[in-house]
This record gives sequence, C-alpha cells and structure tokens, in this order.
Amino acid sequence: MNNLIASTAIKARQLTEEEIHEIEHEKTHYPYTQAVGLEALKIVQKYQGWVSDESLLAVSEYLDIAPDELEGVATFFNMIFRRPVGKNVILLCDSVACWMLGCDNLKEHISNTLGVDYGETTKDGLFTLIPVPCLGACDKAPVMMVGRETYTHLSTNKIDQIIAHIRDESPVELDN
Amino acid sequence: MATDKPLTKNIEIGRAPFNFKQYEAAGGYESVRKVVTMAPGDVVNLVKDAGLGGRGGAGFNTGLKWSFVPAPDGGPRYLVINGDEMEPGTFKDRLLIEHDPHLLIEGMITTCFALQAQTGYIFLRGEYTVCEERLLSAISEAYENGMLGRNILGSGFDLDIYLHTSAGRYICGEETALINALEGKRANPRAKPPFPQVSGLWGRPTVVNNVETICNIPGIVANGVEWYQGLGLGDFVGTRMSGVSGRVKNPGCWEVPVGITFRQLLEDYAGGMQDGYELKAFLPGGGSTDFLMPEHLDLPMDPGAVQKAGSRLGTSLIMVLDDKTCPVGCIRNLIKFFAHESCGWCTPCRDGLPWTEHMLNKLEEGTGSMKDIEILQEMTTYMGPGNTFCALAPGAAEPLQSGLKYFRDEFEAHVKHGCSYNKH
Ligand SMILES: Cc1cc2nc3c(=O)[nH]c(=O)nc-3n(C[C@H](O)[C@H](O)[C@H](O)COP(=O)(O)O)c2cc1C
Ligand code: SF4
Ligand code: FES
Repeated sequence: MNNLIASTAIKARQLTEEEIHEIEHEKTHYPYTQAVGLEALKIVQKYQGWVSDESLLAVSEYLDIAPDELEGVATFFNMIFRRPVGKNVILLCDSVACWMLGCDNLKEHISNTLGVDYGETTKDGLFTLIPVPCLGACDKAPVMMVGRETYTHLSTNKIDQIIAHIRDESPVELDN
Repeated sequence: MATDKPLTKNIEIGRAPFNFKQYEAAGGYESVRKVVTMAPGDVVNLVKDAGLGGRGGAGFNTGLKWSFVPAPDGGPRYLVINGDEMEPGTFKDRLLIEHDPHLLIEGMITTCFALQAQTGYIFLRGEYTVCEERLLSAISEAYENGMLGRNILGSGFDLDIYLHTSAGRYICGEETALINALEGKRANPRAKPPFPQVSGLWGRPTVVNNVETICNIPGIVANGVEWYQGLGLGDFVGTRMSGVSGRVKNPGCWEVPVGITFRQLLEDYAGGMQDGYELKAFLPGGGSTDFLMPEHLDLPMDPGAVQKAGSRLGTSLIMVLDDKTCPVGCIRNLIKFFAHESCGWCTPCRDGLPWTEHMLNKLEEGTGSMKDIEILQEMTTYMGPGNTFCALAPGAAEPLQSGLKYFRDEFEAHVKHGCSYNKH
C-alpha cells in the first residue's frame, strides 16, 4: 500500500467542506496536529464509507503528516477501513461470552442469508460482515452492531428482522 | 445519610440518564464545590487514605499513583480517562458512562483539581456510540453551567475536557499505548520508566485512570474516608462494579460491597446457574485471568484473596464456564482474541500467540498430539511475565496455564477424539 501511495499515479482528493469543518473542530482539542490524524481518518470514513488512498493523501496533506506515518496509523486500527465496505457494516461479536451463547451459529446464519463470509460485502453493496472483539455487553450475549446501533440477545430470528428492517429502510424498533 | 451505592445511586436501567439539573438536584457536583476550597495536596492524601485501588485491572492505590506527579512547573499536566474497555467479558465502564455520564465528569473535575491538571481527555472505545453521545451532551452541559471552562465556581481553576473516540484496538487500553494513540501514533506500549505521571502525554505529567476509578472520587471527596471505608465488608473498603456473564439465570453487573464472595455474586445477584447447567470453572476478572474452580467460590472478591488462590481479580467481571462448554474451545477463543490484538512489538507475543492458537485449533479438530500439549505448557512460560514489553502476552497465558492445570485430562482426550462437546 505504501508503494502505491508513493507512486505518482494517485493524487489527493479535495476534502469536502463538512470534512474540513469537523477536522478543524478536532484540532482545537489537541496542542499538536499529529494527534488529529486518527480523528480525521474517522471523519473522512464517516462521509465516504471508507478511507481510499486519495482520502488518505488528502488528510496527510491537510494535516501535514507524512503519508507513510498516517498509513501506519490507519492500518493499526481495526475500525479504519482501507477497502470499500457496504453501506451497513455488521460487527458480530465473536469473543468468549458470545461464543458460549452461540455466535458461531449466528455467523453461519448471516453468511447463508447474505451470501458473504467475514470481510466480504454483499453484491448489492448493502452489507459487510466483520467479526469484532467483545462489545462490552456480555450479559446480553450474543451481540452485534450494525453501523452505530448495538443489538443484543440475538437469535437467528432477530437477525432476520434486523436485516429486513435495514433492507426496506424502515426504522428498527426492536426490544433490546 | 450518605448513600451506600455511590457509583450507581442515579442509575435506573430503562430511563434516560440524569441531565445536569437532575444530577445536581440528586446531590451531584457537591465534590466540586468542596474540592475548590481544599488544598490540592490534601485531596491527594484523602484519596490515598481512603485506600481506593485502581479499577482498570492492576488495583494500584489511586492516591499513591497521583502523588508521583511532580509539583506544578507552569506547564501542562493531563488526566486521561481509560474508557477503552475491550477485555473479553468486561462490561462495567459502558454501564457507568451510559447511565450516569455526569458522575464521570464530576470525578474528572475533582481529580483534575487535585492534580492541578487543566486538561482532561476521555479515551473512549469507538464502538461505544451511546456513551459517546451521552458524554458529549454531559460535557457541554457542564460547560454551560460553569463546571468546566475558565474560573470554575470562582476558584480561579480552569479546566477543559475533551472526548477522544478510538477505532478498535485492545492494546490501546494499556496506559502507555493509550498515550501514543492519543498523540496520533501507532499504539505500541512505551518503556517504563519514565512513568506517565512524570513524562506521559507529549512528555508532560499525565495520570491515566480507569472510568470506574474516577467515578469513585466524587463520593470520597464529598463524604470522606471513614464513610468510604465503611462501605466494604469487614476490613475491605468501598464498593465495586462486579458482574457475571455466561450461562447464569440473571447475567448482569452490579455495584457490590467489596468483600462479598464469588458465591454471593453468582447466587444472590446472578441467580445461580441456568437449569440443566453446572458450574465447571470461572474466570474471575476478564479474559486475561487464571481460571478458578468451584472450590474457590467462598473466597472474598478481593485482589489479595484472589491472588493467593493463584489468579487475579482483574476487572471483577466473572465469566462462568459451564459443564456443557468445552474448556479447550473456550481457551482457544480467548487466545484467538489475544493473537489478533497483539501489537507485534515483541517476539513471544507476536509469534507465540498465533502458534498457540494453531495448536489449540489442532486439538479441537482432533489432529493434535501429546507433544502439542507439552508445547502449550512451554508457551505459558515463554509468553509469561518478564519476557515481553507489556502485560498482554502474560495475561493471555493465564487462562491457558490454569486451563492446562485444571483440565489436563480434557486436553488429552482431545488428542484421542478431538472435541466431543456439542458445537456452540
Ligand atoms: C493489554 C492491556 C489492556 C488494558 N486495557 C485496559 C482498559 O481497557 N481499561 C482500563 O482501564 N485499563 C486497561 N488496562 C490497564 C491500564 O494499563 C492501566 O493500568 C489502567 O488504566 C490504570 O487505571 P487505574 O489505576 O485507575 O486502574 C490494560 C492493560 C493492558 C496491559
Ligand atoms: S506483549 Fe504483545 S501487545 Fe505487549 S508490547 Fe509485546 S507484542 Fe505488543
Ligand atoms: S463477549 Fe460478546 S459482548 Fe462481550
């Protein structure tokens, strides 16, 4: 990836006004701009869905952080996506409490329903499935997140409902 | 009469957390009004005398930790709240922040005054989106009501608090890695010494404390040492968030007096095992603690007592292993987590963990050998204390070494038949 960035073929894109506005706000929280690197990547990801090379270079130029250094940060964190992801990222907890309560079966069910394995995105671009460590709701296992929402006490049935709700974009009103 | 549940007195699951006005009406921000009339050094001593131990896992005396911060030299000093909660089986800081965000903010203000720190950061796990929203709103309410910003309550003390949300990496919870992450770097741990209290964030004096630790400060400052110590049973001091996950009737997390036994937590709070399941063993305080057995259930939930039994109280959230769940599979799940989350800095951790995971996979699949069990045993020393830069790998070795000790026969049965438990 570093070589790719270093190559001249890829150019920084223009950051949007909203992105710049939010990055500027974050800058007021830290005495040094390097500290804003991760926040800026997250802001870009919030608007673009993922962090492309063009986005990474844009942040690197805007904050004056070397591309390699920023790439080192981007790849360090599990939740910075350096590849395109679906509109809804499903984070299925695969840690110990959820494992005891059957998250392996839920994974099979999601994979069969959506036709994707971990790390893959559905053909319609709606869902990406990713495992995530303990979501800190072990007393309500099994647990997953979709986007910023957390869903607990999962069953195959409940997962079907969540997926259906997201597909037809009606609000999800499930009792957690 | 002062409360006997200082951490959860405002918490009612199912209703929205208190806003500033409600929180204040319930006695909130009293410690701030009191602390600004005190000498900072006296606050540090008060917390030291109270005997509060850090709730992030290691249990170090909080006031003592603060006392290592050098005298003010006019430059910046920082308080950083560790809210990166990612230890498998741990769900206490999320509960405290989601349901009473002002308690953490009050604790931070009071602590920052004691440390004479004018900037506080909350390092929050990125997946904790509800915590994020509620903290942002509590912080802005605190500014609007003069509890943050310039010249707080006319005391001349200034304080700003900022929220930093992370992006998913367990090692960020280690306090020096956390400091690197806050500086915008890759989150590898730093060598100690120098300790963060002397040279931390941007080379300046920094105290890193767990969320729950700091939620204890308002009560201690407002009500005093005697009250705090009286909260524990017998000689034990204070209360502590403690919980249970796994196949129990009523999993959850509660504020309990320090000194209750594991059995009391398991039976009185968590309702005992689900019908048809028996307790086989338990992890007393998160995924990086040694298994304890049913014969340990009558130990008090106190760091010293648990250490004598060969484990650690850790985060005080216990995870039960039932008789229908494979211990080898359970340990494999834990090791997989640690292997994935290793920061890759030192060899025993970077290479040892994936190798360990590989051998556990073989055992589960029925292709393992007795030699593999021997190697697993050696791995627990190779990854153990003293061989690595931080406590991640030694922590990972704990459930493995105790698993090998208590379930040796089950490991050996896996060599002959693979895993004979029902798949989960
Ligand atoms: C790998 C690793 C992960 C850790 N994760 C956390 C964490 O998520 N939250 C936390 O408070 N402490 C965590 N700690 C402990 C911190 O390094 C530190 O001891 C703690 O934040 C100090 O706060 P306390 O004195 O209030 O307990 C972790 C330690 C290690 C080695
Ligand atoms: S023990 Fe593991 S996590 Fe800790 S510094 Fe070494 S490689 Fe990194
Ligand atoms: S193990 Fe899944 S939420 Fe903790």
